[in-house]
Amino acid sequence: MSSVRPGRIEVPALVAVWIREWTVFRYYWRTRTFAAIVEPVITLLAFGFGFGKLVSSIDGIPYIQFVGTGAVATAVLFSAVFSAMFDALYKRRYQRVYDAMLAAPVDVDEIVTGESLFLGTRAGLYGVAPLLVAFMFGLKPEPAMVLVPVIGVVTGIGFAALGMWFAAMVSTYDGFSYVISGVITPLFLVAGTFFPLNRMPQWLQSLAQLNPLYHCVELVRHCAFGLDPAADLVHLGALCAFAVVAWWLAVWRTRARLIL
Amino acid sequence: MSLHGVVKRFGDVRAVDGLELRVPAGVCYGLLGPNGAGKSTTMRILTGQALADEGSVVVLGHRLPAESKLARARMGVCPQDSNLDVDLGVRDVLEVFARLYRVGPPERAAAVDRALALAGLEHRSGDRAVTLSGGMQRRLLIARALIHQPEVVLLDEPTVGLDPQIRQELWSLIVGLRDGGATVLMSTHYIEEAERLADRVAIMSAGRVVAEGTPAELILAHAGSEVVDVHGSAAQLAELRSRADADGLPTRHSGPALTYLRADSLDGRLPAGLRRSATLEDVFVRLTGDYVE
Repeated sequence: MSSVRPGRIEVPALVAVWIREWTVFRYYWRTRTFAAIVEPVITLLAFGFGFGKLVSSIDGIPYIQFVGTGAVATAVLFSAVFSAMFDALYKRRYQRVYDAMLAAPVDVDEIVTGESLFLGTRAGLYGVAPLLVAFMFGLKPEPAMVLVPVIGVVTGIGFAALGMWFAAMVSTYDGFSYVISGVITPLFLVAGTFFPLNRMPQWLQSLAQLNPLYHCVELVRHCAFGLDPAADLVHLGALCAFAVVAWWLAVWRTRARLIL
Repeated sequence: MSLHGVVKRFGDVRAVDGLELRVPAGVCYGLLGPNGAGKSTTMRILTGQALADEGSVVVLGHRLPAESKLARARMGVCPQDSNLDVDLGVRDVLEVFARLYRVGPPERAAAVDRALALAGLEHRSGDRAVTLSGGMQRRLLIARALIHQPEVVLLDEPTVGLDPQIRQELWSLIVGLRDGGATVLMSTHYIEEAERLADRVAIMSAGRVVAEGTPAELILAHAGSEVVDVHGSAAQLAELRSRADADGLPTRHSGPALTYLRADSLDGRLPAGLRRSATLEDVFVRLTGDYVE
């Protein structure tokens, strides 16, 4: 048995939490992957073909490619935040598996970190699907696109932690209605996914700076259509800061729920 | 394990109220009490899942909650309510917890096999936990708690809701654990369970220990060696009870009878009735009250 050090986030505990998630995923990978990939692809095709008839290009980018790069971010958002919300509430309130895990030498911060890392990694990989579809519609592969999964993972970790925070704030699934309508939908719409924000009012553009999804969209587009190193570092910094804040909130509220 | 002056409040309710408890190493220790006595909260305090508002808690030399992680690495816990990953396969459940309990890769497969054998679930290792019967799920919970061969095992109402046959099996398992050198702290409200399994028993009521000792010591100290059950109508029993109270005779309700405790020392002062040996149940009801909320 490896040594245990109290008060620290330990790698063996993170690996154990991550492996638990992986073990569960092995049972459900078909349904979860289907939902996570097909939904953004359908959205991409619907918007691409639908609005594509009305809007041929945006800033010189064919509309379906514009949406295709934006849909990467929405795939990451939905995959990470919804899985985290519903799974964490199920494990805490109904299955009580967190109680079982906390009886082992694992602390709340290790559970939140391990699960966020798993869900973030998975979301990052799922986020590539819309990009692959966009290739079929003429998006040209660029070397910088190898960074897209990395961007997806960083974004996904933040949104997974955010989802765990939401889960720790509600007592039933019904409570998610406020979060989905009041937080996730605005995040999804005001991120520059389906329309460019630079043509929106200044106040909306300023508000978008606070939206982590916007920074993800910008980074993915820059990978596809040309990097802007200075701006991209700011976007990456914003995503990292978001992940840290969301993680801290998730640990704080989850601990309050689980440790009486 | 020792708990000294432990208080745990939930709002205005004092779930644990000045608890004093010392569990010696290598014994099976029964924590006996009615529902709401504070047994499960005490268990949660011992695993660091509830923080005491007052008092001190030491487990295996580790002060809680600061060193709870170190203590948890050496403890196994079987909760009252199932918290299994029921969608996983039986073997997967054990492998996941082997990792969580830091069982190293060289020993992990053997630890899982040993736990499966202990629970008698080798033939179901590939099945999902949700397909197991209630008794099998309970055995899997215990096997999960023992995957890392802990020095201390906490069993919170281990046999609640199980068939008598399954209960007997689990009793054998618990005795085997104690005989193997583990310290077992078992909360229960089944008196027979405590009487049969526990080397020592603490009776809890309203968040504190009201009596402690071996079952034989507790029986002798609080009920004497013999008791007398007097049967009658409700009105007759009520009258007998009030007369006994006035005469200072210790009694307790026992269904359709009134039980006179310490009958061996009260010859000539008791009404006619059925004389029998005193039991831990006589002590339990006498100390925790005839009725529970």
